[in-house]
Amino acid sequence: MTETLPATEAPADGLINGLYREGMPIADSVAPSGPIADRWALRQFEAKLVNPANRRKLSVIIVGTGLAGAAAGATLGEAGYQVKSFCYQDSPRRAHSIAAQGGINAAKNYKGDGDSAYRLFYDTVKGGDYRSRESNVYRLAEVSTSIIDQCVAQGVPFAREYGGMLDNRSFGGVQVSRTFYARGQTGQQLLIGAYQALERQIAAGSVQMYSRHEMLELVMVEGVARGIIARDMVTGEIETHLADAVVLATGGYGNVFYLSTNAMGCNVTANWRAHRKGAYFANPCYTQIHPTCIPVSGEYQSKLTLMSESLRNDGRIWVPKRAEDGSKDPREIPEEDRDYYLERIYPAFGNLVPRDIASRAAKNVCDEGRGVGPGGLGVYLDFADSIERLGKSAVESKYGNLFDMYQRITGENPYELPMRIYPAVHYTMGGLWVDYDLQSNIPGLFVAGEANFSDHGANRLGASALMQGLADGYFVLPNTIRNYLAEGPYPKIEENDPAVVEAREQVQQRIDHFLSVNGTRSVDSYHKALGKIMWDKCGMERSEEGLKEAIAEIRELRADFWQNVRVLGSADTINQSLEKAGRVADFIELGELMCVDALHRRESCGGHFRVESQTEDGEALRKDDEFAYVAAWESGGEDGAPILHKEDLVYEFVEMKQRSYK
Amino acid sequence: MKLTLKIWRQGGPSADGEMVTYPIEGVSEDMSFLEMLDVLNEELIAKGEEPVAFDSDCREGICGMCGLVINGQAHGPEVTTTCQLHMRSFSDGDEISIEPWRAEAFPVLKDLCVDRTSFDRIIQAGGYISANTGAAPDAAATLVPKDDADRAFMGAECIGCGACVAACPNASGMLFMGAKVTHLGELPQGQPERYARVVSMVDQHDAEGFGGCTNLGECSRACPKGIPLNVISQMNRDLQRAKLGKH
Amino acid sequence: MAITGLIFVGFILAHMYGNLMIFAGEEAFDEYAEHLRELLTPMLPYGGALWILRIVLLASLVGHAYAAFALWSRAGKARKSRYAVSGVAKSLFVSKAMRWGGVALLLFLVFHILHFTTNTIQINGDFDSPAARLVSSFEVWWAVGIYTLAVLALGMHLLHGVWGAGMTLGLNTSIAAAERLRIAAVLIAVVTVVGFLLPPFAILFGIIP
Repeated sequence: MTETLPATEAPADGLINGLYREGMPIADSVAPSGPIADRWALRQFEAKLVNPANRRKLSVIIVGTGLAGAAAGATLGEAGYQVKSFCYQDSPRRAHSIAAQGGINAAKNYKGDGDSAYRLFYDTVKGGDYRSRESNVYRLAEVSTSIIDQCVAQGVPFAREYGGMLDNRSFGGVQVSRTFYARGQTGQQLLIGAYQALERQIAAGSVQMYSRHEMLELVMVEGVARGIIARDMVTGEIETHLADAVVLATGGYGNVFYLSTNAMGCNVTANWRAHRKGAYFANPCYTQIHPTCIPVSGEYQSKLTLMSESLRNDGRIWVPKRAEDGSKDPREIPEEDRDYYLERIYPAFGNLVPRDIASRAAKNVCDEGRGVGPGGLGVYLDFADSIERLGKSAVESKYGNLFDMYQRITGENPYELPMRIYPAVHYTMGGLWVDYDLQSNIPGLFVAGEANFSDHGANRLGASALMQGLADGYFVLPNTIRNYLAEGPYPKIEENDPAVVEAREQVQQRIDHFLSVNGTRSVDSYHKALGKIMWDKCGMERSEEGLKEAIAEIRELRADFWQNVRVLGSADTINQSLEKAGRVADFIELGELMCVDALHRRESCGGHFRVESQTEDGEALRKDDEFAYVAAWESGGEDGAPILHKEDLVYEFVEMKQRSYK
Repeated sequence: MKLTLKIWRQGGPSADGEMVTYPIEGVSEDMSFLEMLDVLNEELIAKGEEPVAFDSDCREGICGMCGLVINGQAHGPEVTTTCQLHMRSFSDGDEISIEPWRAEAFPVLKDLCVDRTSFDRIIQAGGYISANTGAAPDAAATLVPKDDADRAFMGAECIGCGACVAACPNASGMLFMGAKVTHLGELPQGQPERYARVVSMVDQHDAEGFGGCTNLGECSRACPKGIPLNVISQMNRDLQRAKLGKH
Repeated sequence: MAITGLIFVGFILAHMYGNLMIFAGEEAFDEYAEHLRELLTPMLPYGGALWILRIVLLASLVGHAYAAFALWSRAGKARKSRYAVSGVAKSLFVSKAMRWGGVALLLFLVFHILHFTTNTIQINGDFDSPAARLVSSFEVWWAVGIYTLAVLALGMHLLHGVWGAGMTLGLNTSIAAAERLRIAAVLIAVVTVVGFLLPPFAILFGIIP
């Protein structure tokens, strides 16, 4: 358990910046100390065991069936616990982990190039811009090898060499080849592996699956998480599910920006309801923005599509030097009128600078009015030089599928015209605060995968999201949750328990409200408005002024939403507007907290860039003496100010350095 | 573009449905098909009419959640998922019919949404390799010839969208099943359960009420991932060997 | 369905071979017909082998038709509500051709047996010699017409049927195997159509007197 104090006992010294209060610091007290390589083994040893005969009597609810949720469901089911698994999609196989393209890192050192768990740990801490916990990251690196073993045993068809050995590639600018991949569909293959393991447990009766179910409230009894309230999205029935522990594996919240590479249904509701019930939300402002996405083509745009980062190996990024050339046919702009801005500003790394830097540079040139394509929000990624140098067929064999995808979406032929790309929200490093056991500050509430905040710090390295999801699901959570379950079974809760009834009523009231407002604006119009505020003011570049404006605008939007939203239809059938209304309501509240977090963090680190904190050359400037901590936010209630709890980050093994790519 | 949409509207699983005509204007050719439906829904909401329910999630052609029969073709006129179909595949003035997947094993839930949990139950019947977490040997211990790995991958590309069933004149789910049988059956790890797997999956498929295969090949032509018909033959071969005890 | 279908393919090819005997003259044809009845005598009684063959064929026919109707009815149950617009015209044609074509072939078979085997239907006079029955019948243009239609229907049935049988028997497990199977199906269909149509047209145009 963590040493925390409830909000009421926080120092009552008024509001900081008029926005938040500061509460007592917190610490991750379950993480073992000592040599870093021994910590995980030690924790597994210290965590209490559950006798196989007793596991049948213990129940666990898992929300979400992505890599973390499906892996945890399968593993806990195999162990003999009673698992109930929930997903909003029609099948657990649809979870958005499926869309990950690149690969999964593991310190197997099959290439003999000097890789090790320690090197993967080091790279990840550095890549996270020194804002993650050393113990957690080392554990992630340590179990990474078991993930590959597990997946191969399940039949995940990783790429192979002709000799039958597993193939690896290097990814995300690291110097070793540690990324395992299955063409451009690694996420799909890993998820299907976990999904099949989960289906096997469903067939065995150890996991009960609830698809097309959405968690709308956390059930807390006497300060402990004991279940969830879920809506059957087909019949509209509000169901109560009670258990000894609840696991949220609900993914990231990138859809707060409306447009992102997330799936349409990805949402923060489960996490946000838990936050409102007391769970701390950590580092909400850490957002990863991916530089190579297909730009927005019009107002109707519903989502953004990522193009693999590998394109930057052979494509040259440029914009016209003069804004008025933006509408010209790019082939007619002569060489001397083009600005290859990454090559100009970062001669050492050129077009291969890290994601955050490439993204921000693209934003800067577009802000100068030199962007191309509809709305001036795009830069060229030009393969003309490569095609001339390597030949069209060589380029085609390397990138053919990506070029086809680009052409399908844009209708333009990238062999003839340069591609247009623009950054897009891709991943959120922030999430619910958890300790080393992946337990939130609410006893019995565990959080796994992208939904928690724990391993990536302020920036995530490529091919690490899949690693974390599966590490949490297969290896970490099943070994830590037992320490909590060993104390169970917990007292039986009845469905008419006042706490349960209250949670159910809260859900019902919200639904009734949405259906009765009968305002004038659709849910999507609010979501789009929120997304625009967030993207403009809490996106790639954040300033004190912008964030303050954003907070005011979000508050206005929130008030208007509750009074003026239009949700048609009824609650007893599939009602997609109703589903979205609940999600957008929570996104609006989260958006405000993200801005507050971004405002309070007056430094630039990883995916968080504050204009006030940059070097003379315009690079991110971290302030380790002031901000080397996790910002864990406690909800202030309906309209109360959030309360900040700081968890200091201590680096015993890795030295903190400023990044440079010039 | 100006289009006339004829869309299947059905209030619920047991309600009667009908095709309803909706004119729509100002459609951009850069819109995806689903974005065009988003625009229609916004217009319907503005008019106080209930929007059309349809499934979609990743909108990048990999999750398999979306799927509409457009002008009689599963996922429409291009070989791709509905979410990756763009309006430039249509012309101004077109009349477009939009229907849900139709199969008794995929009952309609509302409008264009169908229930595909029958696919999950087929996987439950044996579409997995029994490998408990933590029990795996080192990944490099099992060598897999590249050709086998590639063929397994081809089967593993299935996104479970159900277009094969929707396109099949018999509403058969054989391509879906064949893809999984080929994926797992081509790998050394999949051998111990290879024959038991195919028997129980086929039994479940038949129990779910899918039709039989008459080898017409519509499934493969509609498959957004281009899974070839030969996975069905592969499954038939394994099934025969299982039944004849030849393994 | 695949096994019974392949039994028919074997039978049809043998039948076609027998028909082509007419080019060797009426006597050779009759001798061949007689020989069929004497096959495996004295181990079997006179006509015994032929009866065994007939029983096998009848059983295959029942099996084949039963499987076909079962598939047909299963397809109907698997999709009770039809699409308002149907886009799979080509395979719907093949599908209908197999089903209704199969029914047509069944009806033709009855006619064919009444015509040549039992001599119940007499088209152009009553003859004891099978060869004479053949030649006299196909001097009548509409008899040639009926048989031509039937043979074409048979060819279509084989075109998809051989392919389907190969699929069902697990012979198509690669792109190359699919190609081989397609070629085999086309070859068998073409040989059957040509082989069966040669005698009637040769008779009609007086090449065989």
